[in-house]
Amino acid sequence: MDDLTLIAVVSIITAGFTTAIGTMFPAIGEGRAVSKALGSIAQQPDASPTITRTLFVGLAMIESTAIYCFVVSMILIFANPFWNHFLQ
Amino acid sequence: MELSPDETIFWEYGFININLTIVTTWALMLILVISSGLITRNLKAEIHISRWQLIFEIIVIMINNQIKEIGLEKPEKYIGFIGTLFLFIGLANLFIIFPWYQPPTGSLSATAALAICVFLSVPYFGIGKKGLGGYLKSYLKPTFIMLPFNLISEVSRTLALAIRLFGNIMSGGMIVAILLTISPFIFPVVMNVLGLLTGMVQAYIFSILATVYIAAAVRAKAIK
Repeated sequence: MDDLTLIAVVSIITAGFTTAIGTMFPAIGEGRAVSKALGSIAQQPDASPTITRTLFVGLAMIESTAIYCFVVSMILIFANPFWNHFLQ
Repeated sequence: MELSPDETIFWEYGFININLTIVTTWALMLILVISSGLITRNLKAEIHISRWQLIFEIIVIMINNQIKEIGLEKPEKYIGFIGTLFLFIGLANLFIIFPWYQPPTGSLSATAALAICVFLSVPYFGIGKKGLGGYLKSYLKPTFIMLPFNLISEVSRTLALAIRLFGNIMSGGMIVAILLTISPFIFPVVMNVLGLLTGMVQAYIFSILATVYIAAAVRAKAIK
């Protein structure tokens, strides 16, 4: 295999694995956060606005790790610097 | 396929170019400024006010209450910056409804610019409230060994702000584009609606995080 093919194969496989593994763990974390928040709302319904707001902020922070993995996959597929370098 | 509106260039000279991100950002700024100017021309303090003034009052009061809940006592000093962040990012993401619109927040340069504004505003408000010495001393809390970690956390949370907003909005647009090629029309439409929801949530998150960072820098020494 020449260099170009090798880079393409490794990039594609890595992009797939990055998205696959990188979306599993944030999803687990978000599920636990939501379940705890639902339990707290059931225990104290009048604190519900604060709990909901904090829940959304927390979910966005957890989501951002999944977004990092997505951005890395996109870079590998569409803006791959090694591919562009070897293409010249 | 175009990854971001940065790649649509209208005019170029050397390394300076006018691309779609800049044009869309200026169009949004014009819309915000002109509509605010028109609506706040005759402000009234009676019972019956125009409905546009009512909408503006609702928005301003809600943002004021949010800022107060995070812990900043006088929200009037900060609402200029934080309210603008929320309104600009919210409007930029809301217009995804319109066809042929590419949100400027889907470009890493625009979100990086907004994150750098937040990065610079934290020492601005901190020094304004506590003075230069007091603000620099806050980097040595709780012990002076934490100095490198505090510095690194400043940089990394700015980076996280930029990439979070960029990733959410760009991924929304890309999923719609990919789904358009492979599935019936109902699914891209539903994903577009989801993109609207995440756009508004991300605008709220961006401004809330900016408020939290400013509150952490401005917080009086009463937490001992």
